[in-house]
Amino acid sequence: MLSLERLGVRYGGHVALCEVSLDVARGEVVALVGPNGSGKSTLMRAVAGLARHDGRIGFAGGARVGFMPQDFGSRAALSVLEVVLLGRLRTLALRVDRDDVDAAALLLGRLGIAELAHRLIGELSGGQRQLVFLAQVLAGVPAVLLLDEPTSALDLRNQLELLGLVRRLTREKGLATIVSLHDLNTAARFADRVAVLCAGRLHATGEPRAVFTAAMLRAVYGVEADVGADSNGVPVVTVQRACTGPQTDPTAP
Amino acid sequence: MSAADLVWAGYRRRAARRMAVLLAAAAAIVATTLLDVATGPAFLPLAAVGRSLARLAEDRTVDAIVWSIRLPVALMALAVGAALGLSGAIMQTILNNPLASSYTLGISAGAGFGAALVIVLGAALPVSEAYAVPASAFIFAGIACAGVSLIGGVRGATPEMLVLAGIALLFLFQALLSLLQYVASPEALQQIVFWLFGSLQRTTWPKLAIVAAVVALCVPALLRDSWRLTAMRLGDERAKALGVDVKSLRLRAFTLISLLTGVAVAFVGTIGFIGLVAPHVARIFVGEDQRFLLPASAAAGMAILSAASAASKLIVPGALFPIGIVTAMIGVPFFVVLILRARRAYW
Ligand SMILES: Nc1ncnc2c1ncn2[C@@H]1O[C@H](COP(=O)(O)OP(=O)(O)O)[C@@H](O)[C@H]1O
Ligand SMILES: [Mg+2]
Repeated sequence: MLSLERLGVRYGGHVALCEVSLDVARGEVVALVGPNGSGKSTLMRAVAGLARHDGRIGFAGGARVGFMPQDFGSRAALSVLEVVLLGRLRTLALRVDRDDVDAAALLLGRLGIAELAHRLIGELSGGQRQLVFLAQVLAGVPAVLLLDEPTSALDLRNQLELLGLVRRLTREKGLATIVSLHDLNTAARFADRVAVLCAGRLHATGEPRAVFTAAMLRAVYGVEADVGADSNGVPVVTVQRACTGPQTDPTAP
Repeated sequence: MSAADLVWAGYRRRAARRMAVLLAAAAAIVATTLLDVATGPAFLPLAAVGRSLARLAEDRTVDAIVWSIRLPVALMALAVGAALGLSGAIMQTILNNPLASSYTLGISAGAGFGAALVIVLGAALPVSEAYAVPASAFIFAGIACAGVSLIGGVRGATPEMLVLAGIALLFLFQALLSLLQYVASPEALQQIVFWLFGSLQRTTWPKLAIVAAVVALCVPALLRDSWRLTAMRLGDERAKALGVDVKSLRLRAFTLISLLTGVAVAFVGTIGFIGLVAPHVARIFVGEDQRFLLPASAAAGMAILSAASAASKLIVPGALFPIGIVTAMIGVPFFVVLILRARRAYW
């Protein structure tokens, strides 16, 4: 569905992404993890066509990409409904008809925020805003879904519900989904596969239980951690402390 | 009712309220325009104005005053108010800055310099001053705009850079203008100062036709982009993610509003306040869905300038107060009250 081949992005002289190859199948959720500045946002921007890149990005049959950028807040005097309607920008006429509004209302309902429809986006909490922007992206009916830290401001329950919904939609509609996350345990629980970025390179990719190891956490994050498993066999990472001494070079083979 | 019905009903209510705001604004504009035509050295009864406008009466004097003198001026106030209100709203949107207006971006200063240049060169020019001054003002407003958008065309240019470029041009043109004023003869100096105050009194039907035609051409083109402009209020990154070609939209919109402000200030001089305030007033009433914000800003600009035009004739009976001063003196306190009373943070 989505296939990245030796993807590279440079900002000026700075290499933000280097030789990243990754395939995402229909109906698959890939969690993108890695420390701050490792290139998660850059990867998504490149796939969404917002960053100039080297290498190849392939979509099955010109699939539409839905990209939800990292949350930067917004002070616009726009209602939640208007923001979600913008997700249908490509087909939106000057006169909004009932179908447009119904599609938006349906998504707001599925995300449990239908009652916010006529509130201003600038007046919402960070978590509510993230739900609204997810609804906006989904309103565009994408085939490839890119969510950049969609849960960074959500409470525990909303994290569960949002990621659960994303996974369900991905399965139902056969989307190819990449979600960047900071919480490895959440990633392990919701993603089919994880991809670990470190300093712009793909450090590892595979099933959570294969990728989340004490050695990976030491090399990529510079922390000592125990990796156990819950009753379903999903890995559980418990961080103990920061590594002492110099961090091992993660880019070394 | 299902949740979708509730959302739809809410949407309809909101749209109806905004339409009501636009209708109220239209009524206000009609009222201020009638008042504007009625006021002057000789106050005409509103009924007589109405009759003359409807071509019902055969009063030569009233007809002459209304049709040859006051109506073109009153309509020019509307055309210029619409141009400045509309372009202020779009400037604030595409530059993501609540302070953006033709004034803050040096466009008015460019026009002022262009006008002053012709006034100073005066008799040396082979063309009639009635059009040479506006033409030169328009050209230099265009140069200011081109300067701003050249910088915007640089790769990686941010809206902040555009605003800073505009402010730099503002200072440059003000310095050049001061230089012209320094070397100008006393008569030319007086003319320059008068031009800078802004005045609707130089209006003639052909000049009005030019401004009105430009407004009529630009409005539909800008409205067509209204959803894309609304998307820009969420920031460049999100707008791009939604499929907006941000750079070309910014260039396209900026070109059109340059034309609008250029032609407006060229004929009436620098009336600074409206491009800044009209959009804020409109935003308080209709929000930032640009399908409504753009017409509402234009309407606010029309109403404010038309009211100011009437007031400029009423403040000192028998004399004409410079319109630029009136808009600021009446508008600023009104604006401050409005901003303070608005419960929400609008930017
Ligand atoms: N617009 C930009 N200009 C220059 N460097 C950038 C820009 N955006 C990101 N970077 C750099 O690229 C690297 C990757 O950034 P990013 O993809 O945002 O990381 P992440 O999302 O994983 O935290 C970082 O080193 C960051 O400093
Ligand atoms: Mg990021």
